[in-house]
Amino acid sequence: MQIDLPVIWAAIIGLGVFIYVMLDGFDLGIGLLFPFFEGKGEREVMLNTVAPVWDGNETFLVLGGAGLYGAFPVVYSTLLPANYMPLILMVVGLIFRGAAFELRAKATRTQHAWDLAFIGGSALAAMCQGIVLGSLLQGIKIVDDKFAGDPFDWFSPFSVFCGFGVLITYATLGCGWLILKTDGELQRKMRQLMRPLTAVLLGAIAIVSLWTVLGLPAVEARWFASGNLGWFLPVPILVLVCVATIFRSVRLEHETMPFLLTLAICFLGYTGLVISIWPYIIPPSLTIWEASSSHSSQLFALVGTVIVLPVILVYNAMQYRVFRGKVREGDAGYH
Amino acid sequence: MHIFDAFHLARLQFAFTVSIHIIFPAISIGMASFLAVLEWRLLATGDVAYKDMYHFWSKIFAVGFGMGVVSGVVMAYEFGTNWSGFSTVAGDITGPLLTYEVLTAFFLEAGFLGVMLFGWNRVSPKAHFFSTLMVAIGTLISTFWILSSNSFMQTPQGYAIENGRIVPVDWLKVIFNPSFPYRLAHMTIAAFIVAAFIVAACGAWHLLRGRRDVPVKRSFSMALWILLVLAPVQILVGDAHGLNTRKYQPAKIAAIEGLWETEHGGTALNLIGFPDMKAEVTRYAIQIPHLGSLILTHSWDGEILGLKAFAPEDRPYSPIVFWTFRIMAGLGMLMLLAALLGLWLRLRGRLYETRWYQWFIFCMGPSGILALLAGWVTTEVGRQPWTVYGVLRTVDSVSPIGAQQAGVSLLILVIVYCLVFGTGVYYMLKMMKKGPAQGIESHESLKYPGLHNRALDAVSGE
Repeated sequence: MQIDLPVIWAAIIGLGVFIYVMLDGFDLGIGLLFPFFEGKGEREVMLNTVAPVWDGNETFLVLGGAGLYGAFPVVYSTLLPANYMPLILMVVGLIFRGAAFELRAKATRTQHAWDLAFIGGSALAAMCQGIVLGSLLQGIKIVDDKFAGDPFDWFSPFSVFCGFGVLITYATLGCGWLILKTDGELQRKMRQLMRPLTAVLLGAIAIVSLWTVLGLPAVEARWFASGNLGWFLPVPILVLVCVATIFRSVRLEHETMPFLLTLAICFLGYTGLVISIWPYIIPPSLTIWEASSSHSSQLFALVGTVIVLPVILVYNAMQYRVFRGKVREGDAGYH
Repeated sequence: MHIFDAFHLARLQFAFTVSIHIIFPAISIGMASFLAVLEWRLLATGDVAYKDMYHFWSKIFAVGFGMGVVSGVVMAYEFGTNWSGFSTVAGDITGPLLTYEVLTAFFLEAGFLGVMLFGWNRVSPKAHFFSTLMVAIGTLISTFWILSSNSFMQTPQGYAIENGRIVPVDWLKVIFNPSFPYRLAHMTIAAFIVAAFIVAACGAWHLLRGRRDVPVKRSFSMALWILLVLAPVQILVGDAHGLNTRKYQPAKIAAIEGLWETEHGGTALNLIGFPDMKAEVTRYAIQIPHLGSLILTHSWDGEILGLKAFAPEDRPYSPIVFWTFRIMAGLGMLMLLAALLGLWLRLRGRLYETRWYQWFIFCMGPSGILALLAGWVTTEVGRQPWTVYGVLRTVDSVSPIGAQQAGVSLLILVIVYCLVFGTGVYYMLKMMKKGPAQGIESHESLKYPGLHNRALDAVSGE
């Protein structure tokens, strides 16, 4: 039996992107929550909760890019030109916030400017990622393996709303993370924020879901006409359960539950997305098989991935373990 | 001439972003290994001056590394946004190589960087050293893959063409293509030299300002030892790289040397001159007979192909590579001089007290970076008009984007880069100006029972 490499690669990239959303999500989310916290000490603690790990988190984005490039070069060379501006702005956002990590503490007079760069950069990156997602869901016009649409195809009310959706998702993740990593007054404030954020997140998920189902016939057919509705239905129900449990766990002052449940919501939302587009990789133009690189390329890269990826996950986890526990003012980090 | 079409703007953007980017990884590669050596000496001797040095240089390393990461993310996406023709045709080869780089190098660096920078009090000294070592090895593995990919574009082999796409046939041949070993050695040494000159120049500055404490003197001294070994080795490696290029990319050599005719019985070397692509001559050339053959073929009358042996549309733009090569080679000679003078002064016991020499080294601080950039321009412009030499032309590699998009993104990136990386470099310089802390870390060594506390011995010993 021939192994279906494109499916395996789609799964690996899917996993990579999900890990990215999970990790850089809370990491970018901290930037989004920055405006609500004015205190110098508070901001330093917030930054220091991710100081040792943000770089590793961002590497998963590069893995997503490189994996696409290696396994599905056609996707890479069509999705990216189609989303030219959002992607350029995304990396600009990431530049600003990445630099802010390093430079903020060293700046004295211009620290406010770097705080602004951190906030703006995080927001821009999150927004643009949502726009790219939205434009992918809308579909991209491809002729002869080349992007054949208009340079502003990515810009639509739907994609911009997806941008807001990602923004709110990341902010909620960041808030959950900070409940886990801080204590005292800062943690109390995070708890207060968590409930409205979760409520808005639920609203955003509901609107995006309805919008895709009602606005995109292909997605509607996938959910309702394929006869698999019974299999797909637990997804939205579980989302509701998670939201209710977040409210409850915040009231009961659980420390890890809000974060874990927000991750669960992300996972469910992600599952919903996969259901909506599978087996396309760029709807409605390319399936994963049509977009694949040569068998030899996929096999070669797979050998390395199968060996190295588990090791990577282990030592990334170890890094989180080394830096486990609460972060307080005056701890090692950026000062 | 449409200089401001999407194609030229995309090229300009790539040249700009990659040139800024490459500076930071080069610093990180050299600096990470330097830090690993410092920590190894710290563990082996217990001399806390090494720890002061480590703390000082690791902060500068951290900023450089951060800048490298964020400017690198741009590169990973630029292949798709601006060069989709290239990524479609060559993605089957360069994609998996990049995937390997991310998996084996980027994650290794990122996974241990946190412990290296923030983990002093959270893990044992040995575990910390292990983290530093992993980061250093990560930077070298990264060099391996990216240069393999780049070398494939220069001297492709082990592939076949199917449906207009380059597909791999033999991965070992692809990875270990003819120019790869030379380029890898040349680039790795260059990165070490970049870092060594930065360390040396920082030491020189503080010596000039009157500091004579151990971390300052030792930084200066260690960097000069490294340069004494690497500067001559780099010249030998560069020479071997040149021979390899003459064999596989003769047009590049012809353009570098400003040679138009294929001469028999020994080719002269143009020391300086102004190559003119239209008139097909090199004007105002100052020549040394037979030296060209001697350098490039290691024989008195070896034959070197001139540019006229290649069709006009296959010729690299000689005026650029002619001069960038000479800048690189000239700086290489100056580096050798700096290293040898250092040895001479050291033998006479005057290394820390010779002001003119310290000024010289201080001015040489950016020489590593300049030579590195000049070298890259030479090899990349020398590959033109191809992205994959002899297989895919640059003009066929560009994305179907408009001049407006390419222009706006270029403008945005130039502004952002100047702002962000300008500030980054400013803080790196500012930290270097402040210099390593003097003796404040001494008490900390008590926290590490595994170390002998020999702070006093170390200070009195030098």
